[in-house]
Amino acid sequence: MNNNYKANFRQVWKSMNLRLKIGLAIVLLFLILGFVVYLFSPGNVMGLSNFRKNLKPSWDHLFGTNKQGQDTFWLLISSIHMSMILGILVAFFATAIGVMMGLFAGFVGGAVDRVIMFVCDSIISIPSLPILILMGSVLKGRASIYIIALILILFNWPWPARQSRSMALTLRERDFINTAHFAGEGRFKIIAVEILPHVLSWSMANFVNTILVAIGAEASLAVLGLSSTTTPTLGNMIYWARQYQAIMLKQWLWIGSPVVATALLFIGLFLTYTGYNDYTAAKRGR
Amino acid sequence: MKLWKFILTRVGLWALTILVGVTIVFFIQRMLPSDPIETMIGKIVTMGSTLTPDAVQAIRESLMKQYGLSGSMLEQYVATLGRMLTLDFGPSMSSYPTAVSQLIGQALPYTVGLLLITTLISWIVGNAIGLLAGFKKNAWYSKFLETVSMCIYPIPYFIMALVIMILFAYINRWFPLIPSMPKFSFTFDWVKGVVYNSFMPALSLMLVGTGWWIISMKSLSSGVAEEDFVNYGRLKGLSEATIGYRYVFRNSILSQVTALALQIGGLFSGSLMCEIIFDYPGVGQLISTAIYNADYNLLIGLITISIIAVATATLIIDLIYPFLDPRIRYK
Repeated sequence: MNNNYKANFRQVWKSMNLRLKIGLAIVLLFLILGFVVYLFSPGNVMGLSNFRKNLKPSWDHLFGTNKQGQDTFWLLISSIHMSMILGILVAFFATAIGVMMGLFAGFVGGAVDRVIMFVCDSIISIPSLPILILMGSVLKGRASIYIIALILILFNWPWPARQSRSMALTLRERDFINTAHFAGEGRFKIIAVEILPHVLSWSMANFVNTILVAIGAEASLAVLGLSSTTTPTLGNMIYWARQYQAIMLKQWLWIGSPVVATALLFIGLFLTYTGYNDYTAAKRGR
Repeated sequence: MKLWKFILTRVGLWALTILVGVTIVFFIQRMLPSDPIETMIGKIVTMGSTLTPDAVQAIRESLMKQYGLSGSMLEQYVATLGRMLTLDFGPSMSSYPTAVSQLIGQALPYTVGLLLITTLISWIVGNAIGLLAGFKKNAWYSKFLETVSMCIYPIPYFIMALVIMILFAYINRWFPLIPSMPKFSFTFDWVKGVVYNSFMPALSLMLVGTGWWIISMKSLSSGVAEEDFVNYGRLKGLSEATIGYRYVFRNSILSQVTALALQIGGLFSGSLMCEIIFDYPGVGQLISTAIYNADYNLLIGLITISIIAVATATLIIDLIYPFLDPRIRYK
């Protein structure tokens, strides 16, 4: 039994293209940083004047301390942790809601379909950043990070909804759906049991992409100072570094580490996304 | 006549998008917990002036009228729509009494110019490189270009902006940290000044933008390059250049135009972020001022203008499409 599993894993790893491998490796690195290394972090990372300010890197403080008196390394780890949680949370709910709404709209059709599509198109065609800025500026840093997450979910469910609706439209004409219908399966059961497995692989890819979009949107708001400024996320770390003129003071670790971390995380997520798309396309024989 | 139907549908969609956008902004203003008028009154009162309750009430009423908050919800909505048609957003609270439309009018040309030029250049350059990479799929530079653009594309605009700022303004000191735009005149000096000061934001926008066009054009043109009619062209004896242009390019470019229309929203958001980071005197910097000063009139005006700008850009691109793809005219 054990040998079977090992062979399976090696087969899967071999059949993956290089892009997917590199992407997964980077994402795994960030998962380790954000969740395993995070377990060792001392509490209250955002506390001001925890330590002496502007210390050089040393064994006590791996990346030194910044102008606010925080340990830069643990601040970075906590920011990665919070950003990833936010991204995964938003992506999970947005994809789940979007796929369900899209499948429902595509399969049921008629007026329900048109209403849902109208709502989706409105949200898609309106640029989200200005509206996010408006919401953020009224809540002005007092909003908890979870309210920001809720707003991001609201803006991100239409994309998967649109795609899964077109999938549902093509799938519902297929014979096995008609067979299930005539055999007496209820509508919801058909959606869950027959259609969902087809949509699942595409949903996985979209989930990864939505993580990217969500972290990017929160970071954009945070750099403007509109996200919850007391929560450590990558964007907020950049915000505070800019507020304290870290670039001018040549505090490269403080401003540089979140910038490099964000860029690397996004590259990893994107490589996973396109690599996974290529992988499933290859499996289908294209 | 099909063409007219197409145009009318698109224009109708444009108006509807703007209407929905303005409605969303309207409701967000009204439904969020903080009340801008009380905030303003709080600021005025704490500035130390002694005001009788009657005077405070008078201030409150005049502010409500200016913000358009008097009357029932329906009256406010209709009034907001009416004012928007004349692009009247009231006076700006932070630079009282300059009208918001005047402030936006000063900043908008810089943003539009930056966006237009960077989008055009990155679209053309990206598509050209992508076409080359896709057509000659097996050459070494094809894989190399694709890998490089895969690493650049996912980086958010403002991260690229920060990297460029650190590299070119701090470490190398080639470009100014804070752009100072020369006064407008139709001379070469003015153009030189603007280009020198806008180089950094333009570069960050162009780098990330080009990445996407390279990737998508490569996959599109490599798909077209495998079609039968390309093989037929080769057998007929056409040169590679003719096949590349007439067959592969003209078919791939159609999807790219549609993709451009869809990307406009993202490009606009990206340019807002870049402007804020580089202190570029455009719409983005105005937004950050409005946020900092809690200047709601300015903010609402800017957001409405953003929605209108993005919708209009999409409309223009949608209208160009039938001229590129004759099939649409007869569908």
